[in-house]
Amino acid sequence: MAKVIEGLYYAESHEFVRVEGDYGYIGITDYAQNALGNVVYVDMPEVDDDVTAGEDFGAVESVKAASDLISPVSGTVVEVNEALEDTPELINQDAFENWIIKVELSDKSELDSLMDAKAYGEMCDNEH
Amino acid sequence: MENKRTCLYDKHVELKALISPFGGFDMPIQYSTIVDEHRAVRNACGVFDVSHMGEVTVRGKDAERYVNHIFTNDVRGMENGKVLYGMMLYEDGGTVDDLLVYKMGENDFFLVINASNIEKDWEWIQKNADGFDVELCNRSDYYGQIAVQGPDSENIVEQVLGLPCSELTFYTAKALACEEGMIISRTGYTGEDGFEIYASHGMIRVLWDKLMADGRCKPCGLGCRDTLRFEVGLPLYGDELSEDISPVMAGLAMFCKLDKPEFIGRDALAAQKADGVSRKLVGIELADKAIPRHGYEVLKDGVVIGEVTTGYHTISTDKSVCMALIDSAYAKLDTEVEIKIRKKVFPGKVVRKRFYDKHYKK
Repeated sequence: MAKVIEGLYYAESHEFVRVEGDYGYIGITDYAQNALGNVVYVDMPEVDDDVTAGEDFGAVESVKAASDLISPVSGTVVEVNEALEDTPELINQDAFENWIIKVELSDKSELDSLMDAKAYGEMCDNEH
Repeated sequence: MENKRTCLYDKHVELKALISPFGGFDMPIQYSTIVDEHRAVRNACGVFDVSHMGEVTVRGKDAERYVNHIFTNDVRGMENGKVLYGMMLYEDGGTVDDLLVYKMGENDFFLVINASNIEKDWEWIQKNADGFDVELCNRSDYYGQIAVQGPDSENIVEQVLGLPCSELTFYTAKALACEEGMIISRTGYTGEDGFEIYASHGMIRVLWDKLMADGRCKPCGLGCRDTLRFEVGLPLYGDELSEDISPVMAGLAMFCKLDKPEFIGRDALAAQKADGVSRKLVGIELADKAIPRHGYEVLKDGVVIGEVTTGYHTISTDKSVCMALIDSAYAKLDTEVEIKIRKKVFPGKVVRKRFYDKHYKK
């Protein structure tokens, strides 16, 4: 069973969104960090950059490969997780805690097309 | 087509290895993590299943003359038990494969070739044997192979496997009496001291089980095999050598003996050495932590001058570096170049392509 957290929104491309008011914290799921292996670099956008649902906003690099980050929602970046610049391995330690960007959501209805914890967990289990 | 499986495949599955296709085989990429396994080899000991590698024997009256015809290094006057690294080339200097040649006796050679090239090499080896009195045998399906690598290898091979090996010096080999055809050599592909053992599938399984039961030697996958070989600047066929990349371009001319009277590709190499080559393999170090990967473009003042062949954020030295094949005009050390990584361009400079020092026991 893949580790999931209730109350988050999940994308098929293995990013999550944790919503707080008008803001969303976007990161990669535990399933994704496990599949990637040792994370050695996170390529992040800058504050004030716009992100668009379904488009890439950066990449997570493991030892062996680069994996694009696809934004599950649209909005404007208001904060990036600077701790990941020097300690990208935080994502391996706790992927859900170590979000990558905080976005001001421009269209909260986009959340409706994402999966809940149960649906995402089932999708991961079927990927094995 | 179904991928082949090595004689240790079921053991990798039992160890819950991540398995991926490589060179026509389903191979273990990692058992724990690439970083853990990489460090085990640098600091202690790791064992790799490299049974996918191919083996060819060359025997007969003309064996020495024939091997010297297809191989860039020089086997004349080689002592029994000596191992040489080199390449097989096309007439135009492009690389058929890089390989090890073991001299096991007078006119008795053992060739170790890359898994992905077994079929092509075997065809090439047979095709070029016309007029030579040699007996060629493709033994790739018979042999399994493990590589025990790292500073503790000698102790572990002697104590755990019971195979005396301390008298072997770097790049020497011997036949082992426990089984017909079994060979051990002080060779490897990690930049550390270590041994490679060739034997029947049954024997390789016995050796693997002994190592796993002892526990001091960590099972290691092809993931860290690549990071280890990359850090010490060893080439991988398909990345740093290919039918379009000659050993002169790859900086491996020292393994090509142009003073030999003849070998396939010699004239092309001699011309490349005399006239220079248009592209050269270099190391590039980035200031940033972004990682250059195979195929990414190398630029100078915005113009593409080449591409990355292998790149990593190195585990032993914590730097973003790569090997890249670039226009020779920019190959001088300290030349400033850029690498395009996704949408951004990152500054870097040309450095030596050995990012970490080898620790061989010579």
